[in-house]
Amino acid sequence: MTDLAIGKVTSSFRKGVQGGLSIGIGYFPIALTFGLLAKTSGLSIYETVLMSLIVFAGASQYISLSLISYGTGIFEIILTTFIVNIRHFLMSATLNEKAEEDRIINKIIYAFGITDETFSVAATKDGTVSTGYMFGLISISYLSWVIFSGVGHLIGASLPHTLQESMGVALYAMFIGLLVPSLKKSTKVFLLSILGAVFNSIFTLGQMMAQGWSIVLSTLLSAILIESIEYIKKRVRGEVNEK
Amino acid sequence: MRSDVFWMIIGMAIVTYLPRMLPFVLLKGKELPPFIQGVLRNVPYATLGALIFPAILFIKDDDIWYGVLGAGAAFLVSYLGANVIFVVIGSIAVLTLYSYFL
Repeated sequence: MTDLAIGKVTSSFRKGVQGGLSIGIGYFPIALTFGLLAKTSGLSIYETVLMSLIVFAGASQYISLSLISYGTGIFEIILTTFIVNIRHFLMSATLNEKAEEDRIINKIIYAFGITDETFSVAATKDGTVSTGYMFGLISISYLSWVIFSGVGHLIGASLPHTLQESMGVALYAMFIGLLVPSLKKSTKVFLLSILGAVFNSIFTLGQMMAQGWSIVLSTLLSAILIESIEYIKKRVRGEVNEK
Repeated sequence: MRSDVFWMIIGMAIVTYLPRMLPFVLLKGKELPPFIQGVLRNVPYATLGALIFPAILFIKDDDIWYGVLGAGAAFLVSYLGANVIFVVIGSIAVLTLYSYFL
């Protein structure tokens, strides 16, 4: 029995690693550049690797570098980080519904590894997600992020210019690759993603709010709007049936 | 390691971890109302839309068509039913070729 259980965990761990492969590739150029920029912003290799090790959030780590170069105070940098990363609250709440029952301690551990990318892969996966799957998915993403942050600082250079530029599409291509299969099957998914994209474009291009809030608000508005329409449609149909 | 940078990193780690962790603790064993459950089920697709646009258009500072081409390649490859990893490699390849030849 124990063997069987362990076998199940390893296979879902392996599936997680496979699911995270695109993230590993996508983080490579971004982490490398982060290491390089951290060096030019005056962070030591230890500080750079420590940040990737315990923060593990690309966008806010980049922002902290530009704030450091501006000479912004520590408190403001931490506050900005909080605002940029508050969207993960929504993502964790979503994953909590989809995650298999398990001891809370395991969830508290893998919660550390929830990023835009690991969330997107886990949330678009068919069925539930197990703890083993989450650990596999996060391990490969985390390793890529931490190792290549250090490598970027060490070698102090990024990839050849054209490759660096073209690899910048990787994570967006992954998001598209995750979205399209569901998009083909469901009008609801299509409307949700279009609304999310339109709201976020209005909010960020119109410079109405910081990116962190914009993604949260666009997501919530779209998700609530579509759900309300569906709810009203059901109600109307229900009332028609009664008569 | 400088102590001010050290504490800055610790602070960043804490404020990043809390929003990631709290929902698992706060919502443990709670059955949410059906409407909220429905909204949460919608979240991944709305988020993906917002994560892709408008950011993908600006992956190259001075050339919006570069982003459009990358997005187009990714849409096409994934619409044909390819695995995500090939969508990623395919769009990198298309953009690399574009930079070399144009």
